[in-house]
Amino acid sequence: MLRYVLKRIAYGALTIWFIATATFFAMHAVPGDPFNSAKAATPQLRENLRARYGLDKPVGEQYVLYLKNMLRGDFGISFTQENRRVNDIIREHFPVSAILGVVALLIATAGGIAGGAVAAYWHNRLPDRLLMMAVVLAISIPSFVIAALAQLLIVQANDLTGRSLLPVAGWGTLSHLWIPALVLGLGTMAYLARLMRSSMLDVMNTDYILTARAKGLGNWQIFWRHQLRNALLPVVTELGPTIAAITTGGFVVELIFAIPGLGRYFVQAVQQLDYTVIMGTTVFYGAFLVLIVVIVDLLYGVIDPRIRLHGGRR
Amino acid sequence: MSYLATDFEPLPPQAPETAETLIPSPPLWRLLLGDVRACIAALTVVAMLLLAAVGPWIWPQSPATQWLSQVSVGPSGARTVDVVPDDPWQGPDRAVDSLTALQATTTAVKLAWPSLPTAVSYRVYRNTGGVGLGMPLTETVNTYYADHLQLSEQTYRYSVVPVKVDGTTAEPLWIEVNPRLTLGAFEAKLLGLVPHEGQVSLPAHPLGTDALGRDMLSRILHGARTSMLVGLSAPLLFITLGAFYGALAGLLGGWVDNLLMRFADFVVALPFLLFMILFRVALGIESGESGLFPMVLAMVLLSWPSAARLVRGQVLQLRESAFVMSARLAGASNFYLIRRHLLPNVLPLLLVSLSFAIPQAIFTEALLSFIGMGVVPPTPSWGTLCNEGIRSMLTHPHELVIPALAISATVLAFNVLGDALRDAMDVKVRRGVR
Repeated sequence: MLRYVLKRIAYGALTIWFIATATFFAMHAVPGDPFNSAKAATPQLRENLRARYGLDKPVGEQYVLYLKNMLRGDFGISFTQENRRVNDIIREHFPVSAILGVVALLIATAGGIAGGAVAAYWHNRLPDRLLMMAVVLAISIPSFVIAALAQLLIVQANDLTGRSLLPVAGWGTLSHLWIPALVLGLGTMAYLARLMRSSMLDVMNTDYILTARAKGLGNWQIFWRHQLRNALLPVVTELGPTIAAITTGGFVVELIFAIPGLGRYFVQAVQQLDYTVIMGTTVFYGAFLVLIVVIVDLLYGVIDPRIRLHGGRR
Repeated sequence: MSYLATDFEPLPPQAPETAETLIPSPPLWRLLLGDVRACIAALTVVAMLLLAAVGPWIWPQSPATQWLSQVSVGPSGARTVDVVPDDPWQGPDRAVDSLTALQATTTAVKLAWPSLPTAVSYRVYRNTGGVGLGMPLTETVNTYYADHLQLSEQTYRYSVVPVKVDGTTAEPLWIEVNPRLTLGAFEAKLLGLVPHEGQVSLPAHPLGTDALGRDMLSRILHGARTSMLVGLSAPLLFITLGAFYGALAGLLGGWVDNLLMRFADFVVALPFLLFMILFRVALGIESGESGLFPMVLAMVLLSWPSAARLVRGQVLQLRESAFVMSARLAGASNFYLIRRHLLPNVLPLLLVSLSFAIPQAIFTEALLSFIGMGVVPPTPSWGTLCNEGIRSMLTHPHELVIPALAISATVLAFNVLGDALRDAMDVKVRRGVR
């Protein structure tokens, strides 16, 4: 077990190093440097800027420095907002994204598991068909359209009642959170519902369900004690990619609902070509996702005793 | 004890024991043909592809022409309208005894009102619907005013408020005006329309126009080209790349396989958005230029590992399978094995991946164009159309709804088709278990 855990962690660290390296060299493969003529009026100013950001050193030295700083958790200084450290930006904006993401994830998993279970319980009957139709629709509408339509609905509802039921955009109170989180979680919810449904149906045809039925267990008990629990396993493995999907989906939702999260900041940095912020957030997000995948992998081993963890792959 | 051949009797022919597994499954297309939703989805896909391919020829209106007299209008047919001169107005040639609209066209609404002895100036307001004053237009000492400000065919309520010497205002005069659609002489010249007896014919806008007066149908059709180009080319390329990579890893096996698949694991972890931006910059594309190529490049270079894993898994499984081994023992060449056993088993799986990768790619294009990193405004794509539509969604929802519907219908069709393909190949589903 310990060997497996260590191996997973070492592999995760290697992945993070690969992301950091690929990011660094990709950025440096770009001809020229971020200080275009508009910013650096004179050659001297340009040289000063390059020296300030350490761009005048040889690439190898820069790379070593970059890795050293990163190991210390230092991502450097923003190019467009002078004197603002990337760490501060992440520290300030990431919690917002994290809250939104966690709530979205909770809504998505709860809704997805419940929806999938309901659909499987009434397999090929009306609830199943309705739910699966809703799932295909939810997967087929782009998230930014759903977000915009949600805003439109809020506006209409506020107009109709003449009161401000829910804010259209912004951040700060609980009422700002629900609609963006729901919109963010919707696609994942649909995906999980579908996965849960097919996983439930797979379990339904196993021998142990047959045994349970032969023992005379009621439908409900079989559903609750045997089917649901076993069907949850594949859903747990999907949690890693799910969190990744919610993280990337957060960019758009944050943008449309004007939520000051890291995703919105990243898109802004991208539009302003703020290289250190792009690199810092990329490595941060990459490391975060790798960590999540490792945790989910280990968690999976804990949940399912059948999995042998002697350093091998599943 | 010995036997002679004549001691044996051949058994009567028997049905094989596992009859079920020996029934060859019907060809894929026949399974799909029996599935109503798959047929509808396939027809939708074909229709969308056709629209993208030949649509701009069938509907040759330019997606960039701005019909300034028809901004954000709903569906409209072809019509003939008057061309009116748009010289500055020198005032009415006769006195009026109440607030009158001497001309009510979308080029100009010319208002005149009687002068009030106590008034020193007049404030003119315009409201669209409602009884309030609405938007202030001007304050003038004249007793006439020509409104040129982005008029469309709807009811306007104009109010004229006389202002007295001491700054107080008198009771406002008001009038409701329904401007008739006309074209200013300058705009007609700009659009290259030659008036015939003072009239020009305007083309139809079956889906209305956008906030800049551009024909929506034409923009949707040209946008379909962009979206379909990205949506088809990127998945085709990365699935092919992934298939070759996976097949190579699976066939070579051993440490080469291990190394190749580890690399694939790393590539999955690379952030897509960043690499797209890197390719943009590396290819010398300034912000504000179309990022179509770097988008496709990033998709191809970063999305192949899933197809590679799929194919490698299949190859490994097939290599160990009894039928491949017996074929090998019978002296089959590698080429024969690939053609006869590998491809027929792998291709349907790749087809399913493709039908799910295409909507994903269309989504990615829309998303990136939406945040301004993909296609940029002069070129329409469904993503940019949605982006523009969201800005005017409260007043003119059709500008968002139409491109959103186009994306959703296409993605829905591909998803349903993918589902049907997968179901058709899933033995469990065919036997009615799922």
